Amino acid sequence: MRLQFILSEIWVALRRNLSMSISVVLVTMVSVLFLGLGVLTQRQVDTMKDYWYDRVQVSIFLCTAKSDLPNCSAGAVTALQRKDLRSQLDTMKPLVKNVFPESQQEAYDRAKAQYPDSSTYRDIKPSQMPESFRVQLSDPTKYEVITSSFLGAPGVADVQDQRRVLDPLFNLLRGLSFGALVLAALIVLCSVLLVATTIRQTAFSRRRETGIMRLVGASAFNIQLPFILETLVATVVGSALAVGLLWALVRNGLGYLAKLLPVRFITTADLWAVTPWLVATAAVLSVLTSWLTLRRYLRV
Amino acid sequence: MIRFENVTKTYRRSSQPALHQISLEVARGEFVFVVGQSGSGKSTLLRLILCEEEASSGNVMVAGRELARLPRRKVPALRREIGTVFQDFRLLPNKDVFQNVAFALQVLGKSRHAIRAVVPETLEMVGLAGKEKRLPHQLSGGEQQRVAIARAFVNKPPILLADEPTGNLDPTTSLDIVRLLDRINRTGTTIMMATHDDGIVDQLRKRVVELDEGELVRDQMRGVYGGQR
Repeated sequence: MRLQFILSEIWVALRRNLSMSISVVLVTMVSVLFLGLGVLTQRQVDTMKDYWYDRVQVSIFLCTAKSDLPNCSAGAVTALQRKDLRSQLDTMKPLVKNVFPESQQEAYDRAKAQYPDSSTYRDIKPSQMPESFRVQLSDPTKYEVITSSFLGAPGVADVQDQRRVLDPLFNLLRGLSFGALVLAALIVLCSVLLVATTIRQTAFSRRRETGIMRLVGASAFNIQLPFILETLVATVVGSALAVGLLWALVRNGLGYLAKLLPVRFITTADLWAVTPWLVATAAVLSVLTSWLTLRRYLRV
Repeated sequence: MIRFENVTKTYRRSSQPALHQISLEVARGEFVFVVGQSGSGKSTLLRLILCEEEASSGNVMVAGRELARLPRRKVPALRREIGTVFQDFRLLPNKDVFQNVAFALQVLGKSRHAIRAVVPETLEMVGLAGKEKRLPHQLSGGEQQRVAIARAFVNKPPILLADEPTGNLDPTTSLDIVRLLDRINRTGTTIMMATHDDGIVDQLRKRVVELDEGELVRDQMRGVYGGQR
């Protein structure tokens, strides 16, 4: 069939079945929107992880005079112990990327700056704050190497990995994004069923045309093509609307949050990276659904 | 052009065959009336030729093809060699006369240039010149059937099947339609027409094949509706 004829037939059919076309557009929009939200949440979690893992450190707290931890029974860390710990850290490059020694005074100043109104730090003195080595790792997942090497070493009170604090948050976010994907899968299933029903109804309402096409010897491909293309057009329009909504959300919603919170958020670049996959998934699903439905309900 | 060899067709959930042991040969360029009462098997005969149904046993040969061995994907090519006309015209109500006829060519991918040349010529042949822009509901029954004939013939198929084409028309219009089919037949097209209309069968005196409860009971050259004479 000629392209112009196909396009004119599609235009007429979309107009004639306007309510059905709109329903396919809307349900595609909602399902692609949820699919996009699920995928973008995953990317947001990854972005936050990269951002925070770059900043998380393993803290090796050293014994103070008043430490009551079992490893500190010998009293405060000595200069020799401190020197040994530092040189041991230096031998662990490249896993150890940077080492920031933090004195008791610096620890006190930082705590005061971070929690100015906290009652915990109101009456505390610098000598009560632990001195530490803040260790930045090239691969934050290998924090256990540091823990096993330094926990229990002379002069070390405790080894703490900040990832342990952040991981529950990331797990929660991952759970949410997984939930969004499950919801998206359910909505995609709804949209597949709706497309199948719509195609069935359209095929029934156009049985006269298809009957004539069949009688004059049009091939199965030619008879099915307009139906498939109609669904594809509606799907692409629905996907485009969903991408538009996601764009508005990322640009305005997250753009606004990025100004308020010290967190790196995904940008529209992340959206454009997933857009081809979102549209392609919607398009492939709609074409496949149309084709399978037509094979079953459109006699050729 | 068309050959039936001991063809039997039994529909599912039916104990009686719609056609039973039919053997029949129609030569190129023949005009054959298929007559018989309702339910005698006339439409089944035409549906077998069109590959709308498969014979339960026996062979159907159409335009050199043995239909039992014809793969599904080759059925459209066979149908391009057969024009079909029905009692209920089957026109597209939202397309005008020209578009209805052009539709048959458009779905086969014919060029706009070819369509512009062939459709007016065909409409003129069926007596509808000047009515290209009319919608089906603006035409009489006879005119609607002419559009259906134009659509069936626009691709110049070597075979034209007509299933009760005059069933919805008055006697005068019916005769006009059959005369039109006769003119098409004279261009070399083989025509098989299923009908109840004794008047036109008697008037045209063509070959008559009579079916009765699925059996071929008469095959008469220059026959009449009820036999003898």
